[in-house]
Formats: sequence, structure tokens, C-alpha cells
Amino acid sequence: MRRFAGPARAVVFFTVLAALPELGLAHWVLNMLVFTLMFAVMSSAWNLPGGFAGYPSLGHVAFFGLGAYAEVLWFEHNPIQTGYEPFALLPLIGIGVAVVGLPVAALAMRTRADVFAIVTITLLFITQTLAFNLRDLTGGAQGASIPPAPFPAAGYEQPFYLVLLALLAFVMALTWACMRSKVGLSLAAVRADEDKAAGVGVHAQVVKLLAFGVSVGVTGMVGAVWAYYEGFIYPQFAVDPLITVAIVLMTFLGGRATLWGPVLGAFLLELAQQYLAYSLGGSQFYLIAYALVFLVVILLLPRGILPSTQDWLRKRRRRRAIDSASGELAFSGLAKGDQP
Amino acid sequence: MHALVQGLILGVLTAGVYALMASGQTLIFGVMRVVNMAQGAMVILGAYLAYQLFVSFGLDPFLATPITTVALFFVGVAVQWVFLRPLHADDRSQLSVLVTFAVALLLEGVMSVVWSTNDRSINTSYANDSWTVLGYQITAVRLWAFLLSLFALGALYLLLNRTRLGRAIRASVQNPESARLLGVEADRVSAIGFGLGTATAAAAGSIYGLLYPFNSGSHYDLISRLLSIVLLGGLGSVGGAAVGALVISVSSAVVAATVSPVWSEMTFFVVLLLVLLVRPRGLFGSTVRGAI
Repeated sequence: MRRFAGPARAVVFFTVLAALPELGLAHWVLNMLVFTLMFAVMSSAWNLPGGFAGYPSLGHVAFFGLGAYAEVLWFEHNPIQTGYEPFALLPLIGIGVAVVGLPVAALAMRTRADVFAIVTITLLFITQTLAFNLRDLTGGAQGASIPPAPFPAAGYEQPFYLVLLALLAFVMALTWACMRSKVGLSLAAVRADEDKAAGVGVHAQVVKLLAFGVSVGVTGMVGAVWAYYEGFIYPQFAVDPLITVAIVLMTFLGGRATLWGPVLGAFLLELAQQYLAYSLGGSQFYLIAYALVFLVVILLLPRGILPSTQDWLRKRRRRRAIDSASGELAFSGLAKGDQP
Repeated sequence: MHALVQGLILGVLTAGVYALMASGQTLIFGVMRVVNMAQGAMVILGAYLAYQLFVSFGLDPFLATPITTVALFFVGVAVQWVFLRPLHADDRSQLSVLVTFAVALLLEGVMSVVWSTNDRSINTSYANDSWTVLGYQITAVRLWAFLLSLFALGALYLLLNRTRLGRAIRASVQNPESARLLGVEADRVSAIGFGLGTATAAAAGSIYGLLYPFNSGSHYDLISRLLSIVLLGGLGSVGGAAVGALVISVSSAVVAATVSPVWSEMTFFVVLLLVLLVRPRGLFGSTVRGAI
């Protein structure tokens, strides 16, 4: 029975999500769900190098921006007719961004843990500066635009929603395959002790680059969908440090190196964030509330929700097992010595 | 040629301020293995405090420095005590990056509530004074700022090398376990080390406020430069931070003077990437802990 619990959970999850737009939800709800899915995909992608391999990148939003600009620049010169061409371009953008990401990763991954985090955050600032300064290409601070999608207003969000859902299924399937294969073991070995792992024959360099490449490729695809959805992009939003922070925080909140953790984190946090943004408006109290949530999560649940609850359940089950075992012993009279 | 030399002068004078901020950053890393992402926000907080003292009481920012330094020392101690001390040792290095980033966001939020998000600048009576030496312009504020930075760095050096507290800090940097065995209280040294790091940010903040207009979002700009500087110099090395500040500040000032100010930002990162390509641990970083 337990063998089918995982796949059954996935089937239920994706069926419910795929059916949601059919319920005739309001536009703002669908809009919120589109953003939640974007973050669920990106957190799951971040989880591959960040959670499994222990390389916490703070520069992922650079690749998000890269994907966004790739999409916009392509459709400056190529017309959109059915509205689905930008989605057809996604695999190409994913591969392109991954190819750009590999040499960057090869350089950045010479450093580890905290230094790696800093090197990748400088990458973010480089990309932001480039997006502002390469005016001929990106339009600089004036922004760049893509023709609006010719979808009917009633179900405008639906195609974006479904594409993102497919991307989520894709990245979760990859994560699942990785967890069940030698790649996952190799990544765990790299996280625990990279030098020893390399010493016993793990292809550390290959697996960590692979994880990073796949991860940034998926992130780039989300960037492309985002650009098409927004229609108009500016450097400060396409390469926004807060997106990076949100991705990392969601993964930490749900649980690093787990299949469902990043998704759970994204659903909790993105919905909370949207709620805070609506209720506290554009005021800066929003930033304070967000930072406080951030701090509380890390201080109270440093390992994330899923690993913490799993620990708790396992402990409880073990305690129950011990209780019932000692109960039986007492009943059969074998534990008499325990009584005073 | 004239532009180049003018750029060099400007770069060296500006390097002092950055060296000061970065020395605090690298000190915090050395003592606690914590990358303080909030250092930029602390600098801006220092700048706001100096601004407020100047506007409310007419206190000169240079004279306000002792006050803001002490204030931010306690802010730093509080941050360490409340947010960083409870972290588990086994993933402290990763979590601390996130925690201090959250502290930066918190400070940004608080500062924009208190002082709004408009640009502020400190306009002293001598803000526009300058001398011309051999045809090169030197502004008074920049020169005084440079001297104050040198003075603060000197004080930090004396504190680390000539006092008992400094010896305890250096011992914890070199070998935390042995230091604890010899009776150094790790928690207290960490708190004081963090406080000292943020205190240097306060001193640098008054100067920064005098040199540039700032707002609550300026810290992103600052932290990106600071991180480049400490990585270039090698995390944990105070001398390395000074050299890193000099290299990066001069190269970007020269690029601004000779090529274009738009690309001077990029120089920071290009220099950094080139160095990391050759030496992943930075110019003066050691693989063994303990260079300070």
C-alpha cells in the first residue's frame, strides 16, 4: 500500500490543481495562483543544487531575468498569432539558459557554502547592471515589452496557469527521479563532504553542474512565462533580489532536499505574501511583516516544516511501539521485575 | 591623463570609506563565520542617524560619529544575541546568510517607515569646499572622510592587537575550541565582535551620508560592493579588506573617469570574477581559518 501512496498523492494534487480554473474563480484568485505556481516551480528547481547538493545559490533570479529578456527579445521580431508561440519557445529558452549557466556554475562552484552564496549574489547584481545598461537590447530603465497574448479576457490566466502546472510536474518528476537514482545519492554525498565523495569515486563535478544547469534552465523558463504574462518588463523587477530571497525562503520553510517541501513552502508563503501585500497595501509595513515571518521561520523551524513533522511523527510512532511492547510484557507477567 | 589621475585620487579617497565598512564585514566573518548581509543596511542606518542628529541638533556628522558608533554597537550586539545565537552550529553558515538578509529587509522596512523613501543628503556648510592641487581637485569632505576612515581603521587595529579583548577575538578567529578551553567566552566574544563590525558600519555611515545622497533602498548597492570587496580581499582578513577596497574603488573610479560612469559599477564585479577565476579564496584568504 505504502508503495502507491506517493504517486497517488501526486495524481490527486495535480488533478485538483488542473481542475481549479474550471471552477470559474475570480481573476485575482487565478492571478494569485499563477504567481504561486511560478514560485513553486522555481523553489523546486532551486532545491536541486540548493537543497540536495548544498550549494545555496542567491543568484537564480539572474537566470529568471535572462529567460524573461530572451522571450521578449525574440518576439520583438517574430509575430504572435495564436498566442501559443511563446510557450513553444520555452524548451529552447530552457536549454539556452542552462547552457549559459554551466560555465558560470563551473566558475562559481569552485567556492562552497556561504562564499558560493555571495559569489552568486554578485552574479545577480552583474545581471541587473547589464539589464539597466545594455539599453539598445533591453530598453534599460524604460523597460521592454512583448505583444499582449490574444487570449479571451474571460480565461486569460488559464493558459499560463496550465503551462506553469506542466512545468511544476516536470521539475517534480525530475526531482523524484533524482531522489530514486544514483544522482540523488551523489548529490547527497557532495552535500555531506565533497572532497571525500570525490575521493570514493562520485563524479562530484558532473552531478553538481548537472543539478545547477537543470535548475537554472527551469528558472529561465519561468522567467519567460512571467515576461509573457506581464507583457512589460523592467530591469528592477526582472532581476529583483526579493525573488531570490523568496525562492530560498520557501524551500527552507517547506524543507530542503524533500520533494514536496518547496511546493508547500511556495503555497504557504506566496499566498501569505499576497495577503500581506493586499492588506497592508504598498506601505513599507509590508516589508517589515515579511522580514519578521522570514526570521521566525528560520529561528523556529530551521530544518523546514516537512522534515520537522516527519521527525515528530516518527518519534511518536516509536514511542507508541515501545509503549505497546512494554504493555504486552507487563501483561504476560514478564516485566514483574519493573514493579517495586 | 588628467582624467586618469583625477580618477586615481578620487578612488583612493573613496577607498577609505569602503575599507572601513568592509573591515567590519570581514571581522564579523572572521569571528563568527557569519556573512553579514545586513552590513549595508547598518551603514545606511548610521547615515540616517547622523542625518537626524544634524537636522535636529545641528551636530556635525563627523562629531556625531562617536554617538552613532556606540548606538549601532548595541544594535549589532542585539542582532547577534536575538537572531544569530540560537542558530544550530552545523548549518549556521548557510542560515546566517538568510537571517542577516532578513535583518537587512527589516531595517529597510523600519527606515522607510521612519524616514520615508525619499533621497536624503547631509548638507553641511563645507559640503562644497574644495582645493585645487597641481590642477587636480580635492574636495574637503572627501579628504576629511578619508582621514576619519584611517583613524577608525587605526583604532580598530589597536583594539584588536593591543587589548585583552582584541586578543580574545583573535584567538576565537584562529581556533574557537582552544580559545574556549583557555577561558574565552565564545558567546560574549561573538556578540562583541558583531557589535564592533556594525560599529564600523556606523562610522562609515556618517561619512557615506556626507558623500552621497541615500535612501532606505541604498543598501542593496552597498552590500553588493562590500561583498565584492571582502571576497576579493579574502573573507576574514582585515588587511585584505583594505587592499580589496583600494583595488576595486580605484579601478571603478578610473573606469568612470576614462570610459563611462555607467560602466564603473560593472568594474567591481569584473575584477572580482577575474580574481576568483585564479584564486577562489580571494587575495589574502587562507584555507586555514585565522587570517586577520
